[in-house]
Amino acid sequence: MKRAVIRVVYLAAALLALIFLLLPIVAIFVHTSPGHLFDQLSNPVVRDAFVVSIKTSVLAQVLILLFGTPTAYLLATRRFPGHSAAVTLVELPLVLPPAVAGVGLLVAFGRVGLLGSSFDALGFSLPFTQSAVTVAVAYVASPLYIRQAIAAFEATDPNLAAASRTLGAGPARTFFRVVLPLARGGLIAGLALSFARGLGEFGATIMFAGSLQKVTQTLPLAIYAEFDQDFNATLAMSGVLVLVSAVLLLTLRIGLVWQGSSSTRSRSPFGLSISA
Amino acid sequence: MAGLVLDAITVPLRSFDLSLSLEVGSTTALVGPSGSGKTTVLRAIAGLVRPTGGRIACGDAVWFDAAAGVNAPPDRRRVGLVFQDYALFPHLTVRENIEFSRSEPADAYLARFRIDHLERARPGELSGGERQRVALARALARRPDVLLLDEPLSALDAHTRVGVRAELQGLLCELGLPVVLVSHDFDDAAALADQVGVIIDGQIRQTGTPSQLVAQPADPFVASFTGANLLRGNAEPAGELTRVRLDDGNSIVTVEEGRGPVVVAVYPWDVVVSASRPDDSAMNVIAGPVLSLVELGNRVRVTIGPIGADVTADSVARLHLRVGHLAFASFKATGTRLL
Repeated sequence: MKRAVIRVVYLAAALLALIFLLLPIVAIFVHTSPGHLFDQLSNPVVRDAFVVSIKTSVLAQVLILLFGTPTAYLLATRRFPGHSAAVTLVELPLVLPPAVAGVGLLVAFGRVGLLGSSFDALGFSLPFTQSAVTVAVAYVASPLYIRQAIAAFEATDPNLAAASRTLGAGPARTFFRVVLPLARGGLIAGLALSFARGLGEFGATIMFAGSLQKVTQTLPLAIYAEFDQDFNATLAMSGVLVLVSAVLLLTLRIGLVWQGSSSTRSRSPFGLSISA
Repeated sequence: MAGLVLDAITVPLRSFDLSLSLEVGSTTALVGPSGSGKTTVLRAIAGLVRPTGGRIACGDAVWFDAAAGVNAPPDRRRVGLVFQDYALFPHLTVRENIEFSRSEPADAYLARFRIDHLERARPGELSGGERQRVALARALARRPDVLLLDEPLSALDAHTRVGVRAELQGLLCELGLPVVLVSHDFDDAAALADQVGVIIDGQIRQTGTPSQLVAQPADPFVASFTGANLLRGNAEPAGELTRVRLDDGNSIVTVEEGRGPVVVAVYPWDVVVSASRPDDSAMNVIAGPVLSLVELGNRVRVTIGPIGADVTADSVARLHLRVGHLAFASFKATGTRLL
């Protein structure tokens, strides 16, 4: 009897939680039909915001990948004085309120900021440009990739890298032929998370880059700007972001399954072959 | 054959310093309990661990010399290291694993190790014995100047093990390479190596051929490692012989000289088991109930009091040996070693 009650309570709580998570998504699509969504793509505000978002996000993720991967590998494989401080630092943007990150970026790279005068001397100014959007996104989203990448590198058997070295491969060949293919699933999962976070970036971007249509106005900024102007456009842009998020979530799951299967056994999910 | 020389290398480990010298011409085995630093020796030779002192040279190539500041990276040392768990690349096929060192095509090795039919398989699909053959093939395809084997038989089940041991024996003879292998099992080491070093807490206690270690163990540890029964007691001269009063009250006679607290080593294969008190040349008889009967391959280890004896299963049946029944263990005074 008592057990049955507890089971019902668990079930009800889980059901409520899942409905709570799903309801807003359903509501967006109840208000925007697919046809309406496509119509809105001809709306210049929506189109411009979409282009700005994709350009800055892709660029930011490329930067995160290029700088974050070696950073994560170093933190995963080496122990040095200040190691845990470095790991904590990498995670800092995760807990920092985005608006504060934006203010920080402004006083670091702005005209009156720490590095502003050196930038001025070189003849360029970062704040309120499209590059500023990329910088804000990279700053806020990077921990999600780096954390996942550290975990992925730590999960690869160090004996495999050692075996590669004894077989005559230098550090670079060992990294690209052994470590990277084995960590790939985790890296993809991390990138999906980071991409999702970057795409939704709002606080740091508006502080550091402003919200100028065609230049710095990303989808979330445009959603906010159109909120009391054109609610249909707001809904359409929200729909677009939901769809992109769904794809990213799927990528994340596939990446994690992949990582789990490649660390010891070589079978990849869905019968895909994973040769380097 | 270019030999491998380890000269006074030192590696600090968690609870002790590994420090040893070793000259390897043919096959040398390092045996010792787990945690004795055996694997670290192999990793130091391969360049995966950097010693704090000493010198490692293979033929004319100096791989490590603390005094001269030489420390060749692993990829510049011609070693073939076979890891305990084989460390095959899970994302590459058998052929790609063997060709990883880019020294030679895999074909000759696939044929030699009879794994041609597996060339497209990935390590996850292989059995333990097959993995070992791929790991050996991969290490040899590197054309190493020295082969290092870390517990080559421990990852295999008892059944596969006997066959693989014989195969490995043949292979090591054929290769003509200096080989260092580590094992926690003296029998495996004795089967595969001509020189055996017993290593404890990072130090080599004794080096010799397997039969030397059995015949003249330097200390009780080496004796127990080679499989001997160790009996503690007090020795006193008795005419031309030595009488040892064991701590459990029994008394035995040995031809070796000694006085005071000693350890007597008796090998299980030198002990005769009988159901009634024997009347023969053996001067030492220990009577007692059979404490246990344990099958070891085609032998049975019979424990009577402090003595373990190896006999055949046929003898166990013929003598009607049962746990708890009285039996007699006898051995000659000449079959004992005083330590």
